[in-house]
Amino acid sequence: MIQNASAPPFPPALFRDLAARLPSGAGRASRAHEPAGPGGRGGAADGAAIVLRDVAKTFPARGSDAAVEALADIALDIPRSEIYGIIGRSGAGKSTLIRTINGLERPTRGEVIVDGVTINRLDEAALRNERRKIGMIFQHFNLLSSRSAFDNVALPLELAGLSRVAIRAKVERLLDLVGLADKRDRYPVELSGGQKQRVGIARALATDPKVLLSDEATSALDPETTRSILALLARVNAELGVTIVLITHEMAVIKEICHRVGVIEAGRIIEEGPVGEVFAHPRTATARSFIGSLPGREIPAALAGHLRADPTGARQSVLRLTLTGAAAGQPVVTRLARQLGIDVVLLGGQIDSIGTLPFALLYVGVPTQAWASGAVGAALEAAGASTEVIGHVL
Amino acid sequence: MFSDLISPAILSLIVDSTLETLYMVAIAALIGTLAGLPLGIFLATSARGELFEAVTVNRVLGLIVNATRSTPFIILVVAIIPFTRLVAGTSIGTTAAIVPLSLAATPFIARIVEAAVREVDQGLVEASLAMGATPLQIVRKVLIPEALPGLVLGITLSVVSLLSNSAMVGAVGGGGLGDLGIRYGYQRFMPEVMLMVVVVLIILVQTVQSLGETLAKKVNRRLRRH
Repeated sequence: MIQNASAPPFPPALFRDLAARLPSGAGRASRAHEPAGPGGRGGAADGAAIVLRDVAKTFPARGSDAAVEALADIALDIPRSEIYGIIGRSGAGKSTLIRTINGLERPTRGEVIVDGVTINRLDEAALRNERRKIGMIFQHFNLLSSRSAFDNVALPLELAGLSRVAIRAKVERLLDLVGLADKRDRYPVELSGGQKQRVGIARALATDPKVLLSDEATSALDPETTRSILALLARVNAELGVTIVLITHEMAVIKEICHRVGVIEAGRIIEEGPVGEVFAHPRTATARSFIGSLPGREIPAALAGHLRADPTGARQSVLRLTLTGAAAGQPVVTRLARQLGIDVVLLGGQIDSIGTLPFALLYVGVPTQAWASGAVGAALEAAGASTEVIGHVL
Repeated sequence: MFSDLISPAILSLIVDSTLETLYMVAIAALIGTLAGLPLGIFLATSARGELFEAVTVNRVLGLIVNATRSTPFIILVVAIIPFTRLVAGTSIGTTAAIVPLSLAATPFIARIVEAAVREVDQGLVEASLAMGATPLQIVRKVLIPEALPGLVLGITLSVVSLLSNSAMVGAVGGGGLGDLGIRYGYQRFMPEVMLMVVVVLIILVQTVQSLGETLAKKVNRRLRRH
């Protein structure tokens, strides 16, 4: 998934070069499934890059508008060098949440700690200084139309007061990194959406941030461009060790590159955990509906009309099997058929991976008799599959 | 062929008047821009929740700007004579006329600058804040460069309106083309002088307008170029 044919080449030497300039903890490819050890400065909570404690934000009433509680009781530990996805519908508060991390939004209560620094207690000057260590990319790219690609990437370095010579060297390396060396003198109007976002990513990385915030960075892009931008972000995370927090309303984005996911609804995180776990065992209806929005997740339409809850007299029982990790690589279905001497019908499903974790969701039909006896359930449990019965067919 | 119609004396009057007009308009445009640009930027960035939030100051300045803009120029010229004398040492003559011209140009330019700056995508301000930019850096590196095409067109518009205002400063001995047109063309029944004045003014306005548009296009990076 992450390797994408349409992604531009990334010269590995360049990555090493940039990685070497980053503080410790960087340059190490780490995935959530092999938890990252604490690197760099000691964070507030054992190696977490970002800690949100009891964060709440209420926009005060103004005129005829009532006060709006945008965030409430937000508690999150975002581990260092991970990609953390926050998914929610529009108006759920995800935008406000991500903006508290770089202090664009000040919470009304609680603490936002980034790399050991309590962001929401800083004065303006100190906050500006901390913001240089936190990159941000945007849905609409927010590039200056008056500046070329080169000068857009140079902007944060100009703001930080670097010399022309230092800026030049750095910007050229960054444009190489995002695969836009040949577009350095182009203005945003001459670039495609994907190219603009690459400039945005290069700009966000210019000051060697430890944290990169992505505010719906792929929502304005077509699916193919989305994949190539996500591949670039995954690469930035793996090779530079940058912690990425992204917000999105698309489960495909979470599935493609995130290590952990938080589901936000009405200003609260209602479900949170490693992506594989949330996918395999969603606990809330919202998480289930986001997962269900992925192709291949629905109960096959032709079948849905014939399902009955009552097994009496039914010939076939329809099961939904969820296989994650090692189980997804096992011949679970053929083994079940051979072990019990029954026929197993494949009705639908999807075999996929979440990050590096193989993942399969299958709709199968088994003889109702075998299901009722408990033999099928026991065999599937032994094989490591999580099983739900969807209904029965006459 | 003009020599048949217009004597060399009249021609030299037209040349002198044109130079007076250019002098008044150029200096007033410069002063108006120097004062109107920061005023306009402040008006655009001092409302609630913005970079230099100062709601009361914003409202008061807005009122003053509106009051100045609603005063007819000819009344403004006469009304501020004591102020003109204070600044220019005299209230009569071409140099003195620059004072009311600048005073009228400033709020005009301020409003145009304000509109151009407001047009800049708020997302750019947010992105700059996220990069750790100071408010002054945002003005210098983001707002002004991004608003530049609008600023150039706006200042062009102000120069054209200054050319028209400059025709009225004859009331305080300001001279210039408008004054020539009134005194010779109208009061001395010399329609050919009036015609010449109008022709010169049309040429001036056309020149200013096309210069402004060319420059605005040149600084506009939102246009595709191949």
